[in-house]
Amino acid sequence: MDPRWVAVIASSVIAFALKFSGNVVPARYLEQPKIKSITSLVPIVMLAALVIVQTFATGQQLDFDARIAGLIFAIILLLFKAPFIVVVIGAAAIASLLRYFGLVN
Amino acid sequence: MTRNAIGVGLATGLYGISFGALAVTSGFSFAQAQVLSLGLFSGASQFAVVGIMGAGGGALAAIATSSLLGIRNGLYALSLARVLKLSGIKKVFASQITIDESTAMSVANVDDEELSRWAFWATGISVFVFWNIATAIGAIGASLITDPKSFGLDAAVGAAFLALLWPRLINKQIRYIALSAALLAIILIPVVRPGIPVLASVLIAVIIGLRNSGSK
Repeated sequence: MDPRWVAVIASSVIAFALKFSGNVVPARYLEQPKIKSITSLVPIVMLAALVIVQTFATGQQLDFDARIAGLIFAIILLLFKAPFIVVVIGAAAIASLLRYFGLVN
Repeated sequence: MTRNAIGVGLATGLYGISFGALAVTSGFSFAQAQVLSLGLFSGASQFAVVGIMGAGGGALAAIATSSLLGIRNGLYALSLARVLKLSGIKKVFASQITIDESTAMSVANVDDEELSRWAFWATGISVFVFWNIATAIGAIGASLITDPKSFGLDAAVGAAFLALLWPRLINKQIRYIALSAALLAIILIPVVRPGIPVLASVLIAVIIGLRNSGSK
């Protein structure tokens, strides 16, 4: 089976189970301060790591290419409170332009 | 309120287009992109699955990352239960649309229980509908693109994660935590298999989380 289908189906099932469990599990199990404190930080650290991996990694190699310029431009756009779609398209546009003119990989 | 809910749905839908496009350019099929939007239905987790596997990571790393990111939705459901007062089949439907947006809109109206409930359902359904339509549009559009790199679409993935992270960086400690996770990831990229640097970042959440709750 295509590993992508495995990931698509398994992650969907687990995501639903997690949401559903919040509706059936008694609150006292999950509302301990330790658990709450950790789970509130999980999205922060994972998203930060994902930013880095998607910008610098090519497989197991560190690459410094047009993606960095895209990310820097995304930071500028976010500082100016640009909406999500503008940030994403802006980053792609800068990377695309730099490649088109042969300035970076 | 209904207008707000539709507004949030439309805005979220716009980035559903980028999800559909990035999924297809990362090697996922149209059907796989659509099933992710219907079934997984949580932006950050969906971007994680296609981002990790598109970058050469395995299915297991993708599933683990997606699921760790999805834990927060379970906690949302938990805190919403008091307001929503669900029973039977409604629990199933409510679970599926328990995401950042529907929770935020419900919590924003918590003073009026009726309105809070309405905000949850209206926002959740609106985001679900627009997000799925947008995914299809993005996926079809991207299947016409033959060289995603020349369109800078690889740069768009990192930007998408940054834009998801940005509004969560609400104080100095959280910014430092994000920064240390970023540093750990860059150190780990050359030494461990793709997908592992992101999972390893959870260690930082555990260490800091335990310390934070201990000092209170």
